[in-house]
Amino acid sequence: MPAAARPAVPEAARFDWTRALKEAGLAAFVAFMLFLPLMGFRLVGAEGRLGLEYRPHWVVIGVVVVFFGHLLVSFLRAVRGVPAAPSGRAGPIARYINTHATWLAVAGVALAFALPFTPFANRYVVDVATTVLIYVMLGWGLNIVVGLAGLLDLGYVAFYAVGAYSYALFAQWFGLGFWEALPIAGVLAATFGILLGFPVLRLRGDYLAIVTLGFGEIIRIVLLNWYPVTRGPDGLSGIPRPTFFGLAFTRRPPEGEVAFHQFFDIPYSGLHRVIFLYYLILLLALLTNWFVLRIRKLPVGRAWEALREDEIASKALGINPTNTKLTAFALGAMFGGFAGSFFATRQGFISPESFTFIESATILAIVVLGGMGSQIGVVLAAAVIVILPELGREFEQFRMLLFGAAMVGIMVWRPRGLLASREPTIRLHAKGEGEPSG
Amino acid sequence: MTAPLLEVEHLTMRFGGLTAVDDLSFTAYDRRITAIIGPNGAGKTTVFNCLTGFYRPTVGQLTFHGHHGPVLLERLDGHLIPRHGVARTFQNIRLFAQMSVLENLVVAQHNELMRASGYTVYGLLGLRRYKKAEAEAVDRARYWLERVGLVARADWEAGNLPYGDQRRLEIARAMCTRPRLLCLDEPAAGLNPRETAELGELLLGIREQERIGVLLIEHDMSMVMRISDHVIVIDYGRKIADDVPERVRNDPAVIKAYLGETEEEELPEEVKADLESRAGSDG
Repeated sequence: MPAAARPAVPEAARFDWTRALKEAGLAAFVAFMLFLPLMGFRLVGAEGRLGLEYRPHWVVIGVVVVFFGHLLVSFLRAVRGVPAAPSGRAGPIARYINTHATWLAVAGVALAFALPFTPFANRYVVDVATTVLIYVMLGWGLNIVVGLAGLLDLGYVAFYAVGAYSYALFAQWFGLGFWEALPIAGVLAATFGILLGFPVLRLRGDYLAIVTLGFGEIIRIVLLNWYPVTRGPDGLSGIPRPTFFGLAFTRRPPEGEVAFHQFFDIPYSGLHRVIFLYYLILLLALLTNWFVLRIRKLPVGRAWEALREDEIASKALGINPTNTKLTAFALGAMFGGFAGSFFATRQGFISPESFTFIESATILAIVVLGGMGSQIGVVLAAAVIVILPELGREFEQFRMLLFGAAMVGIMVWRPRGLLASREPTIRLHAKGEGEPSG
Repeated sequence: MTAPLLEVEHLTMRFGGLTAVDDLSFTAYDRRITAIIGPNGAGKTTVFNCLTGFYRPTVGQLTFHGHHGPVLLERLDGHLIPRHGVARTFQNIRLFAQMSVLENLVVAQHNELMRASGYTVYGLLGLRRYKKAEAEAVDRARYWLERVGLVARADWEAGNLPYGDQRRLEIARAMCTRPRLLCLDEPAAGLNPRETAELGELLLGIREQERIGVLLIEHDMSMVMRISDHVIVIDYGRKIADDVPERVRNDPAVIKAYLGETEEEELPEEVKADLESRAGSDG
C-alpha cells in the first residue's frame, strides 16, 4: 500500500463533533430497539404463574453505555488516525506462523502424537482433543469446497451425517466393521456431494449458500422421518466400536476373542479406547491434510482456485467448470463422510440431533476464522472454537455471549481470518527473492 | 494470401429486440493481424463473445481451422473452444488475482497437465510422468514471462501487478494455451504511449515467431494502423469497411461512422489537425 494513502498528521484538530454525535445517536437508537425486548422484560415465575418483570433501568444503562462508547470510539479513531477498515493483511504473529509453517506443522504433529502421554493428559483432555481433531478434519474437508473452490457450502453437515449413518447402517445390516465401512461411507458421501453439486452448478454466492443450507436440512429431515431405516428421532444405538487389528477394547471380550488389554497383558483401562480413538482421528485428519496439500499443487487444485477467482476466465482457458466444481463437492464430501463414520464409532449412538445446521455453521466458522485456504489456520480456529466454550464453562449462560464477542472481535481485526495469506503452489524463484516489498 | 483461419459467415446476434451484430461476414487469416474497429457499442465485443462460446449466435456459421481440422465454433461449449486453438483476453482484465503470476500461466495449460496427471491419480501418487509435464509447463510459462518481461515478478500475486503488467500477463496467459488464433479485446486500453508501442512490437513478434493469427479489437488508431494487416470496421453491428489499413483510413463511410454526419470540410481546425496527425503517426 502506498504511504501516501494515510494522512501523515493525525487529524485531531478536525474532529467532527456533529457527525460523531449523530452516529452515536443512531447507534443508541438501534441499541434501544434491541435492548427493549431483550433486556427490558424478564419472565418470572410467581405463585405458580408466569409474570413479567419490567426493568427500564437496564435499558437506560445499556443505551447510555452504547451512546458514550460509540462517541469514545469515534473520538479515539480521529485522534489516533486509525483507518476505518483494517487492511486485512496478516499481522506479525500470523506472518511468523506463515513463514515457519513447515517447522510449526512438524512440531504440532509431534505434540499431537505425544499428547496422551504427557503428564497433564487425562480422559477429559484427550476427549476434548479428539473433538478438536474431528473439527480440524471437517474444516480441512470443507476447505476444499469453500477455501479452494470458493463455493459457499452451508450444508456440509449433511455429508457428515451420511458418513455416520452409512457406517451405522452397514454395521447393523451387514455386520461390516469400521475399517470395511469407512471407504463405503466415503464413496456414499461423495455421491451425495455430486447429487448436491448438480443442481447448484450455476449458482454462486448467496444463492448457492441458501440451496446448500436447504440440502443439509433435507438430509436431516429425511433421517428424522424415515423411521423404518433410520429409527428417526430414536437414533441408532449399539454401533460397533472400532478394533485395534481385531482386538476389542472391552473388559470381558465375547467367547473366543481376545481383548486389547489381554493381548498386551496390561491391566484393563477405559482410557485405552479413548486414546485409540484419538490416534485414529489424528491419522484420519493427517490423511485429509496430506491429500489437500497434495491436490492443491495438482492441475485440479489449481483449477479450483482459478474457478474461485474468475469463472469466465477459467472457461476461456479450457477449464470445464462442471467437472471441476463436482470434483470439489465430491472430495470435500468424502472427507466429511470419513469424519462422520468416525463420529458414529466414537459415540456408539447417533441421532439426527447431532447433524443440525449449527454444526454446518461451526465448521464454516472454523474455515472462515482460520483464513480461507489456510491449513494451519483451520487447526487454530478449530482449537479456538472447541476450547473457548470449554474454558468458559464457569460463566454458564454467558459463555455463548463471550464466544460471540470473540467471533465479532476476530472479524473486526482479522477480516480475512487468523492466518490470511496464500503461499503459491509453484515458484519460479526461491522464496524471498523478488517479492513485492509490501 | 495465407490460408484462412477463421471464416465468419452471416453472424447475427440479437438480444430481444436489439440486434447487436447484424449479418456480419469476414475472414481472418493465418499469420495476419486482423483488427476489428468501430465506435463504442458497435458490437465488437459481442463478436468475440460469439467466437469464444460465451454467446450462442442467433444466426451464422463460424468455421475455424484449428488444431483438429475445421470446426464450427457456434456448436461448441465455451470451455471446449480453447482446445481447438482459440484464446482470448478480456476488455476488463480477468486475471486470477490472488494466484501468483506463474500460477496464472500454469493454469492456462490445464488440459495438458490434467492428462499428464492421469486425471489427478498419477499426480497424487507423485509419478515422475506428471512432474516432467509440470516442469515443461513451467518452462513454457518462463518463455512467455521472458517475452512479456515479467520473469522477475513471476512469484508476485497477479492482482498486485501494475496495470500495464496485468495486460501483458493476460496476453501471456492466453498464449500459454498454444492457440492458433489469439483474440485480444482492447489490449492497449489504459496503457501509456510507450507501453502501447511495446505492445505493438509484442503482437508483431507473436505474428512472426509463433506464426498464428491475431484478431484485435482496439480503439488506439495509431496502433491499429501500424500493426494490422487487415482492418474490419463495424458500426451498429454491420460491416462498413474491410480492407488494408491505408484504404480504410480514407474510406468516407468510416469517417462518417466515427465523426457523425458532418462533412469533413465543415470540421473544426483542431479535429482536422488531429486526423492528419493520426494519419501521419504510423510512418
